[in-house]
Amino acid sequence: MIAALDWRTLPSQLTSPALQSALWLSAWTSTAAMVACLVLGLPLAWVLARADFRGRKLVRVLVTVPMVLPPVVAGVALRTAFGRTGFLGEPLLAVTGFAFPFTAWGVVLAHVFVSLPFVVLAIEGALRSADPEYDAAAATLGASRWTTFRRVTIALAWPGIAAGMVLGWARSLGEFGATITFNGNYPGTTQTMPTLIYSTRQSDQDAALAMSFVMLVVSVAVLLLLRDRWSGTP
Amino acid sequence: MTSEPTTEPSGGLRVDLSVPGRTHVELTADVGSVVAVIGPNGAGKSSFIRALAGLITAHGTAVLDGTDLLQLPARDREVGMVFQGQLLFPHLSALDNVAFGPRSRGRTRREADRRAQDLLDAFGVGHLSHRRPGELSGGEAQRVAIARALATRPRLLLLDEPFAGLDVTVAMGLRVELANHLATYDGIAILITHEAIDALTLADQVLVLDQGRVAQRGSPQEVAARPATDHVARLVGVNLLRDRTDDGEELTTFSPRDVTVSLVRPAGSARLQWQGPVASAQQHGDAVRLLIDTDPPLLADVTPQATAELGLAPGREVWLSVKATAVSRYSTVTHDR
Repeated sequence: MIAALDWRTLPSQLTSPALQSALWLSAWTSTAAMVACLVLGLPLAWVLARADFRGRKLVRVLVTVPMVLPPVVAGVALRTAFGRTGFLGEPLLAVTGFAFPFTAWGVVLAHVFVSLPFVVLAIEGALRSADPEYDAAAATLGASRWTTFRRVTIALAWPGIAAGMVLGWARSLGEFGATITFNGNYPGTTQTMPTLIYSTRQSDQDAALAMSFVMLVVSVAVLLLLRDRWSGTP
Repeated sequence: MTSEPTTEPSGGLRVDLSVPGRTHVELTADVGSVVAVIGPNGAGKSSFIRALAGLITAHGTAVLDGTDLLQLPARDREVGMVFQGQLLFPHLSALDNVAFGPRSRGRTRREADRRAQDLLDAFGVGHLSHRRPGELSGGEAQRVAIARALATRPRLLLLDEPFAGLDVTVAMGLRVELANHLATYDGIAILITHEAIDALTLADQVLVLDQGRVAQRGSPQEVAARPATDHVARLVGVNLLRDRTDDGEELTTFSPRDVTVSLVRPAGSARLQWQGPVASAQQHGDAVRLLIDTDPPLLADVTPQATAELGLAPGREVWLSVKATAVSRYSTVTHDR
């Protein structure tokens, strides 16, 4: 891919407004989706790892479904649920006047939907590998459940949690099917890097190649940045 | 066992708890005393103190200074616990580990840090306060763990085999330090141990557990002189013979030093003679300690010269005898259960 790049036209390709706005949209929606996945996924993962209740298997299956669902089908499912006439979308529109489809928040929603399983399963694994005896030790020292969760459980599982977040972020960054099915492909609001590359590829191969190169650089850069960060905090 | 009536709101610990399928323990301990709990693996020692700490559920009562611990969640029990294998938080420094308890109980960071530093200093590891547990030796980590358990000023301190896994000399040093601390500690300490020396040197009261029940209790001297279980007899290094009687057991103990080893059948009372092969021979002080595969297996101490003259290598058939004047006989009444 790198060999096929046209290096002379690369600078002008990279400064095109379409690419810049798509890159920015991809970056912030993926980051927002990662934060949302953490907020939703951490308690869910904790419940799956530590709590013992009836229906835990069912919850895990439900969490995992989006992982095995083809992304296009996920987009259709989101449309059915959150579309303007969907069973969740219609009351939402009536109450707040806001609808997800064809907005940047719709992109975030699609990202969360497909990335959440990866984040939850990664964090659950990290929490499971953290010895619950440490929680017991914290309890004998008078720590409340919340203090124990914050200062012991999370702290010990942190490398795994961070890995789960990066996994979720990367999954969001590359998300194509659900995004385009749920939100269409409108420059500036719902056109992310993958959907931009897809539509550019139909008319201008060289430009698509340049954009793909940008994605490659961004992904590798993030990976390296986080690897360095992790090795500092065991 | 002392049985003076305990007046109601007085201090001390009165326990009558059971963990179903694991252990049932009755125990009374005065303020400032140290109780050693000994017994073989699976006797229910850990279950007992984990139940006191609130880490597993138990039935019954455990009244400490007038409050029933079993009615409180673990974090409200004001019990300090030193875990087997320490369980120091690996991501926190020694200081933060010790300050964790006071912080959790609402002290300010400054107060908690000062308390933690004082305790680390008292245990001689003050200069290591910035280190993570992974950077401490076994003995240092165990000192930090004890300091952490004491940091919340618990009225009950539980120690689960605090010297296990430590190098012999390190364990000896720590034993002396712990003895000093326990002497000034005004709460009650319960210590699980596999070493007779801990029970003998640190404890005021020894509780012997066997198969989830209290097999014997008493002062260290009583338990060492008149062991009621094979496990304790082995720990203190004496021979124990048991004979079932109608209302309990008649026990006979004698020291390995009083056993005579010979190659031919000795004269004298047949009741105190045994025949069997030598199972093992080990240096023990300035003598050689033999384990002979009689029924039950017995220990005998002989001089190195005798070992050589009689050829007492493993497998050698020998006769053992002991003088009737060297044995001590007593009976156990089946204990209050």
